[in-house]
Amino acid sequence: MAKLLIKNGRVIDPASGFDQVGDLLIEDGLFSGIGRDLIVAGADLFDATGMIVAPGFLDIHVHLREPGFEHAETIESGARAAAAGGFTSVCCMPNTSPVNDNATVTSYIVERAKRNAVVNVYPIGAITKGSMGEELANIGSMAQAGVVAISDDGKPVMNSRIMRRAMETAKSFNLPVIDHCEDLNLSSGGDMHEGLVSTNLGLRGIPSCSEDVMVARDLLLAELTGARFHVAHISTERSVKMVAYAKMKGLIVSCEATPHHFALCDSDIRTYDSNYKMKPPLRGHGDLHSVIEGVMNGTVEVLATDHAPHAGSEKMQEFERCPFGITGLETALGLTLEHLVHPGKISVKRMVELYTTNPARIMNLPKGTLAKGAIADVTIFSTDHQWTYDVNRTQSKSKNSPFDGHAFKGGPIATIVAGQFVWKL
Amino acid sequence: MAKGLLGIEDLSRTEIETILDRAKSFQPAAGESFPRLDRLRGRTIVNLFFENSTRTRTSFEIAAKRLGADTLSITASGSSVSKGESLVDTLNTLVAMRPDAIVMRHSASGAPHFLSRYLTTPIVNAGDGTHEHPTQALLDARTILDIRDRLENLKVAIIGDIAHSRVARSNIHLLSKFGVEIVLCGPAPLLPKQLGEMAPGLTLTNDIRHAIRDADVIMMLRVQLERQHESTFPAGDYFKFYGLRLEHLSLAKPNVLVMHPGPINRGREISSDVADSQSSVILNQVENGVAVRMAVLERLLT
Repeated sequence: MAKLLIKNGRVIDPASGFDQVGDLLIEDGLFSGIGRDLIVAGADLFDATGMIVAPGFLDIHVHLREPGFEHAETIESGARAAAAGGFTSVCCMPNTSPVNDNATVTSYIVERAKRNAVVNVYPIGAITKGSMGEELANIGSMAQAGVVAISDDGKPVMNSRIMRRAMETAKSFNLPVIDHCEDLNLSSGGDMHEGLVSTNLGLRGIPSCSEDVMVARDLLLAELTGARFHVAHISTERSVKMVAYAKMKGLIVSCEATPHHFALCDSDIRTYDSNYKMKPPLRGHGDLHSVIEGVMNGTVEVLATDHAPHAGSEKMQEFERCPFGITGLETALGLTLEHLVHPGKISVKRMVELYTTNPARIMNLPKGTLAKGAIADVTIFSTDHQWTYDVNRTQSKSKNSPFDGHAFKGGPIATIVAGQFVWKL
Repeated sequence: MAKGLLGIEDLSRTEIETILDRAKSFQPAAGESFPRLDRLRGRTIVNLFFENSTRTRTSFEIAAKRLGADTLSITASGSSVSKGESLVDTLNTLVAMRPDAIVMRHSASGAPHFLSRYLTTPIVNAGDGTHEHPTQALLDARTILDIRDRLENLKVAIIGDIAHSRVARSNIHLLSKFGVEIVLCGPAPLLPKQLGEMAPGLTLTNDIRHAIRDADVIMMLRVQLERQHESTFPAGDYFKFYGLRLEHLSLAKPNVLVMHPGPINRGREISSDVADSQSSVILNQVENGVAVRMAVLERLLT
């Protein structure tokens, strides 16, 4: 019987409310208890003194690029980057090639993940065939094959009637609908947030309102259909307020924020550096504060990275020709500590919730717990060790991060999936 | 970052004045040609134009030749650009041939700024997308200063498609450094409100008559159909509401100067009688283009 004893860490399990220094015992890949000064014969020991021991973190918004874009990322490399970032589970978006819009592609991803991924990989299926926004994908078949949600991330469904049908269908299969909220007509051609900075740089703008009108539409449709609806990477003041209002009205809605949307705003963009180009774009200062406030007051329940790897050649172009998106798995914890925990905006325990119990609940996954008998996924991190992010040492196949060279205080120390270390600092 | 000229925004007032003073010394006497010098003898300057331009390219070429430099002009059509080579690769290939400077025009905002992070060869921005066109603003200032003593306290109206204009942005940066009162005027969709925050002392209006009132200088902009990605203002109404006509000039100061970066579209943004009137200094601008570019290239390479 393989045993692992994680000694003397601050064990935080939001699911049970446990938060004390103690020892966590894992036997045969399952949790078998928490205690003080445990002595277990034959157990491997990990000294977690001064560290946080938490349920394995989930990132419910990543792009693994496989199948189709293996030059930028694979399920294998993306999973290693996740492990290096302290994540034990990821949900991958369907914008692969072919698009994950049918059970065959879903099964392919599930199989590849079983064979090659060091973390748990849960595919998200497309809402419409080819994510073209015209005809519903085979949502039921994909659910049977393993998708945990549906989304046309990056190519939002513009037709409100089709979105309504998608919500109705998703509800009947108990899947959440995740929308990348963007009115494509309003945002068309834009490269960054519309404001003074874009005006100065002569870059076409993506107005906040292009997100807001879609959030408003989707919330109304969620009310109409009763679907579970989740706003991906929320970035504007008004969208946060609308989600808060919808929650108050009792809708089953939630939203996530990415670390870059609470860490940076448009005035931080290094001039024409495409590692600052993503969708939604880095917004204005007021939007950034609204996102942080949303995390503090509970409107934003999940933090997710929108890890979007792109090969160097794609990002090394004129700003307006570069694709949108940045990597994020390896910097998420460090940024969360830096911008939310260290300044005292949220507690460490709350941070753990945002990465464990909350995403697990929204995606309906049996994760985010240290309960006895549960599969032993663990994230061990520190809040104080000094380290510097170096994209040349990333586990990802891509290096498109604006945080290259950034010095962090605190971050992942070790990642355990089903009782096995899959990454150690 | 390599020494170059990427935009007006980063220049100090003193640097601008130095360039303008030097440009004045290059101005030809009446009836004569530009002075023939050998300040840049043995230097090679590559003009790399990814967008069509006759006047700016010619102007840079003459400026370089008058300083004794060797010049080479490359236009995008027929080059490796159309064969799918990336911008960085194109520039690296050129740099391997050791030019002393690159003069570059590109349709993407920030293209020269992006390249300057990877190259050591200095780059002169001859217009990047809808961002900046620094030598245009410098030659505009030179032209005004040939007629007026100073820029301070002048009222300058910039009229047209401001949103897509790199000429407007460079002029806003330059004129605001000298305390000019700037009025921006154009159809509402081409005059985003954020423009008003670009510099202090800037006002916006959609009414051409309001913009011109008491103006010392009127800068007309070309309607840049190639940069508009949507129909923002009915073409038929443009001249009616935003075309500069003779009757407007009486609203301005008596000796108002009418400027245009060219090429002008007669009957679209400016009437023929205004373009050819006494107030028009459009050809002075073209002439000063050479003098200013001589000053810029000399500053870069000596």
